[in-house]
Amino acid sequence: MTSEIYTLTVNGNDHHVIDGHPSESLLWVLRERLELSGSKNACEEGECGSCTVLLDGEIVCSCLVLAASAVGREITTIEGLGSGKEISDVQKAFVEAGAVQCGFCTPGLLVTIDQLLNTNPDPDELVVREAISGNLCRCTGYGRILEAVRIASNNRIAQNEEEKSK
Amino acid sequence: MGVIIAKSVNEACAVLAENPATTVLAGGTDLMVQANRGAHSLESVLDLSRIPELKNWSLEGSEMVLGAGISYTDLADPQIAALVPALTQAARTVGSPQIRNAGTLGGNLATASPAGDTIPVLVAMDAVLQLKSSTENREIAITEFITGVKTNALKPGEIIQSIKMPVFQGPQEFLKVGTRNAMVISVVSLALVTDFLGRKLRVGVGSVSPVPFRATAAEEFIAQEFDWETNSALSEKVINKFSELVADSTKPIDDHRGTADYRKHAVGVLAKRALERVCAGEKS
Repeated sequence: MTSEIYTLTVNGNDHHVIDGHPSESLLWVLRERLELSGSKNACEEGECGSCTVLLDGEIVCSCLVLAASAVGREITTIEGLGSGKEISDVQKAFVEAGAVQCGFCTPGLLVTIDQLLNTNPDPDELVVREAISGNLCRCTGYGRILEAVRIASNNRIAQNEEEKSK
Repeated sequence: MGVIIAKSVNEACAVLAENPATTVLAGGTDLMVQANRGAHSLESVLDLSRIPELKNWSLEGSEMVLGAGISYTDLADPQIAALVPALTQAARTVGSPQIRNAGTLGGNLATASPAGDTIPVLVAMDAVLQLKSSTENREIAITEFITGVKTNALKPGEIIQSIKMPVFQGPQEFLKVGTRNAMVISVVSLALVTDFLGRKLRVGVGSVSPVPFRATAAEEFIAQEFDWETNSALSEKVINKFSELVADSTKPIDDHRGTADYRKHAVGVLAKRALERVCAGEKS
């Protein structure tokens, strides 16, 4: 399988990448070729987590994924959270807790936290801290981000219980 | 050429045999940093990340074989953690969850950085790498595989297929010094593996020399002093001597992460702490 023209599956849609260079990272292709600029580019060395996306359901730094090697994988970006015009529950919790300041780390954090709550709906604070340890935030001091995770987690638990009792 | 996503080890070896200059990609956590900086232009790439056989592991008797494509996250598997706890500890200190999902054991070895987190553990256990090309299978000891700072003994056309190591009976510790818990490249690291059957304490050290090695003088000393019957706590004098011998065996350098003096001091502290932890009745 070579990469002169290749297809990436992003948020359930197929995107053709034409004339891509083999060195391009997934982050670069998402932002510059596919116009999905939600994933942010800061360090380009896997340090900051602002480019976090899901690759087959696992969080990775898209800056460290070779774009043409992601063919046939399911890529989920921040644009794939929520449904249509409705923002996701984690996004709402961020708004409620005031967990966004400059906002640059937010897309990566949202992808990380959404994935965390999908696998562990009721994480304790230590688990949350480890889960977001690869997402740097220079503004908030993390207090309100942790609060947002708690809100989103409580809401999901309440919703699950409500659905069970129906 | 572009990017070739290999589906099997044989396919990967065939691609490399035809074009040995192809860049091999595993988890990408080192290679892509270079590519993003423009330091490494990737004209043709062989991606090993989707070869199922490289992600397998097995236990045959007291020998464990780990596929080179196993990620740091995979090393947290409770079954693996029960057999080689220090390796799981080391894997958990790598980068962040994002990095641990992508980075692989084989990649850590091929990159051959003195700061590679799994390396001190594998050195302590005398791990052997199983290499494969289209024409040859061979085995090489980890201390011979890593030939210098970020250089290895891979021949053109070869890939790391798996890493095999004995499973030892007894407690293990991996310790690492860095500036914080996450996203840390080690300033010094140390692995201590007890081998109750062989009556040996095996010590691997990291970030203190161009090529990894075992602290054999310290190992020989402590094998005599260790209480192999009851594994009880050791005297302060013995612990300090062990710590000193480990520190003396290292040849660290000054760099942007720390000075040689600090590294020598810190590796001694790690040796002491690890020894206290593997003795019964001592809690960290």
